Amino acid sequence: MTEGIADPGPASEAEAEEEPTVTLRVWRGDTAGGDLVDYTLPANEGEVVLDVVHRIQATLAPDLACRWNCKAGKCGSCSSEINGKPGLMCMTRVDELPEGPITVAPMRTFPILRDLVTDVSFNYEVAKRVPAFAPAPAGPEGYRMQQVDVERGQEFRKCIECFLCQDVCHVIRDHEDNKEHYAGPRFFIRLAELEMHPLDTNDRRELVRQRMGIGLCNITKCCTEVCPEHIKITDNAIIPLKERVVDSSYDPVAWLGRKILRRHKRSAEEAAAAAPH
Amino acid sequence: MTDYETHRYDVIVIGAGGAGLRAAVEAKSRGLSTAIVCKSLLGKAHTVMAEGGVAAAMGNVYSEDSWQVHFRDTMRGGKYLNHWRMAQLHAQEAPDRVHELEAWGALFDRTPDGRINQRDFGGHRYARLAHVGDRTGLELIRTLQQKAVSMGIDVFMECKILRLLHDASGAVAGAVGYWRPTGEVVVFEANAVVLATGSIGRSYLYTSNSWESTGDGHAMAIWAGADVIEMECVQFHPTGMVWPLSVRGLLVTEGVRGDGGALKNNDGHRFMFDYIPEMFRAETAETEEEADAWYEDHAHHRRTPDLLPRDEVARAINSEVKAGRGSPHGGVYLDIASRRSPEYIRRRLPSMYHQFLELAGVDITVEPMEVGPTCHYMMGGVRVDPETQAATVPGLFAAGEVAGGMHGANRLGGNSLSDLLVFGRRAGLGASDFAEASDRSPTADAAQVDAVVAGALAPFGRDGGESPYAVHEELQRTMQSLVGIIRTGAELSEALEKLGELRDRASNVSVGGGRAYNPGWNLATDLPSLLTVSTAVTQGALARRESRGAHTRDDFPSADPDLGKVNFVQRQTDRRGFDAPIHIGPEPLPEMPPELRELLEEGH
Repeated sequence: MTEGIADPGPASEAEAEEEPTVTLRVWRGDTAGGDLVDYTLPANEGEVVLDVVHRIQATLAPDLACRWNCKAGKCGSCSSEINGKPGLMCMTRVDELPEGPITVAPMRTFPILRDLVTDVSFNYEVAKRVPAFAPAPAGPEGYRMQQVDVERGQEFRKCIECFLCQDVCHVIRDHEDNKEHYAGPRFFIRLAELEMHPLDTNDRRELVRQRMGIGLCNITKCCTEVCPEHIKITDNAIIPLKERVVDSSYDPVAWLGRKILRRHKRSAEEAAAAAPH
Repeated sequence: MTDYETHRYDVIVIGAGGAGLRAAVEAKSRGLSTAIVCKSLLGKAHTVMAEGGVAAAMGNVYSEDSWQVHFRDTMRGGKYLNHWRMAQLHAQEAPDRVHELEAWGALFDRTPDGRINQRDFGGHRYARLAHVGDRTGLELIRTLQQKAVSMGIDVFMECKILRLLHDASGAVAGAVGYWRPTGEVVVFEANAVVLATGSIGRSYLYTSNSWESTGDGHAMAIWAGADVIEMECVQFHPTGMVWPLSVRGLLVTEGVRGDGGALKNNDGHRFMFDYIPEMFRAETAETEEEADAWYEDHAHHRRTPDLLPRDEVARAINSEVKAGRGSPHGGVYLDIASRRSPEYIRRRLPSMYHQFLELAGVDITVEPMEVGPTCHYMMGGVRVDPETQAATVPGLFAAGEVAGGMHGANRLGGNSLSDLLVFGRRAGLGASDFAEASDRSPTADAAQVDAVVAGALAPFGRDGGESPYAVHEELQRTMQSLVGIIRTGAELSEALEKLGELRDRASNVSVGGGRAYNPGWNLATDLPSLLTVSTAVTQGALARRESRGAHTRDDFPSADPDLGKVNFVQRQTDRRGFDAPIHIGPEPLPEMPPELRELLEEGH
């Protein structure tokens, strides 16, 4: 299907050639199915893909469904697959894509709602299963933490919840049934952040292993590659988490140490019980 | 008769930015059944865009700081149009709200001795903004979101509220809206409703605001018969990007100037030294040498005029551009590249650096930015009781940008995140107290629901009407050109006339497609709010025949002491909605106690 600039006809062909255009090949449809539709508009200098989607809505297809909010790469709403690669529409410059039609499709890992909009509720359900931050009580002068100690968590808290890492993660992208017992990269960085928080008292290691399914991740680093915030998800969160989990499960010295020292951190069962769901 | 689902709660909060989340946390912690209803997904609200920090007189960097100084700075910034009690509560309670966030998991940047670090910002006497790099808003919203989720608060995402419902006594008793994914109608019955709907920025063409900022809360309060105040006070951020297109409207945080960036015209001249107003002369550097020395030593030097309050900076830029000394795309230059090392810039302004490089191919460590005034923040809003955030209609509360009074004629940077926390909590408390004391059992009136739904669905039934996008764009152009940063009586009158025509056009738009996730229809249902708030802004601007704070009248260039003692209050008495008149008139500001008045005069 093609919509947009009508065939200019032979008389105006020369003029039309001077006027550069941009074509977006957008997936349109709903749960019943859909198809790619071409929209061609005059090209504007310095635009991102979301700018073009907005112009399509304003002129050619007012009902084209697309999520967006900040248009500044800070809210993580306009996630999609652009020329097959997961990315934010507001952060993808048209002039950096190869010439020719630009394909814009919804994230494949999540169920379609309509056009470019998917049902991302899976992520909000996983979020409910993360036990809350549980700090020790503050001293009389409040909490004291060193910058170097908060920086590790701060890296993970840059996450804008665009869910592109969840989209690209083949553990759930290719295996729908894994969603039941696999939290995904976004929540591994959340759990790593809590594990590394200088003030937190929960021990979430068993939870991470048993209910969040970290063992299923085989560190292909696809999540790190698509992260618009450039968080080193695999290196700085997933691998350290895997090591902590393995240490606690299989390291005989650590096991003996726990027996002797009787660590006072809360267990996975207690941490899970502290979560609302 | 409309088919709809109904939900009943003690308290519903409309909006899931900082104020809405904080209000809901408070109501839920009081044990009340609480729901949040928001137009987008949870965690996407405009609060994520706040960069600089949370203003709170914790005294971690300058121990001389105190709530009294913060109060004084806020009142001076607001040109004394603020509600004094709100400014006082805000200054007193902000430090506790910041510490509380830390106990809920926020990771603020630290001082060398391990406390929360605080940075300088325009209009604040001392370094006062608790921050996380330049993504403080994201930290705030994520912390509150995670707190709300851990408490089990119900969240209705992607749900647009169209109108408040009222009971026989006229008190607010709930709200009606629709699910955006399906277009199906949903009704909330509640003893107390908290509006936390944010701004009105989408009334303007150049704005930093997202599509959500359509003034829904402001408009719904007016339609419910509540008072709104100071609607003329719209803040234009002085430094929004004007070029390249992909970043137009994006704000460049004041932190760039706090960390050494300077404003220059096309001659390379630092023009802010030419625009120091009398009120700030004593504390502002007169030479570039003194200004540059201030960055290293605040105690012995006066601050740079690049950090004057936002309205002063915006007006100065406007004057430079009008005098032909601007940049090629109608702004001025903001230069940090020639003044700080690339390493310093990348460390102090990481997301700013990253954003401009990636989005626009602009390397801020190498070249200056092109910036100009951009619609940013709404000072005006629902008239509330400072202690409880109760509106003038029973059962209705408001917090954050939708509430008026706190910031007077101009808001200081950093005071919005603290406002959200302080008054979000107070709105949650106020709504909880009201809901607990109430013995009514609110039931939605089917006739009210039917009327609202019929109006919302009407564009589907019309053939050959205009596109809602066309009406919206015309509205934005009208507001930008006639009710923008510099105003005149003639242009404001012309705007009112145009808004009248636009109301007629909005009543005749057509949309195609179905109700499920249809942005064209969604925009059609935002038009009534946009038109109501635009009308109120224009009426307020026409009535305030003076220049004060963010409100500048070219035909009345100075402040009028008599008008400095009044609020312009607007209300609709008959609940007729967006196509009915809104009445406006002056009412005296609340009387400030003498001990606070003294604080304003002391040389703190």
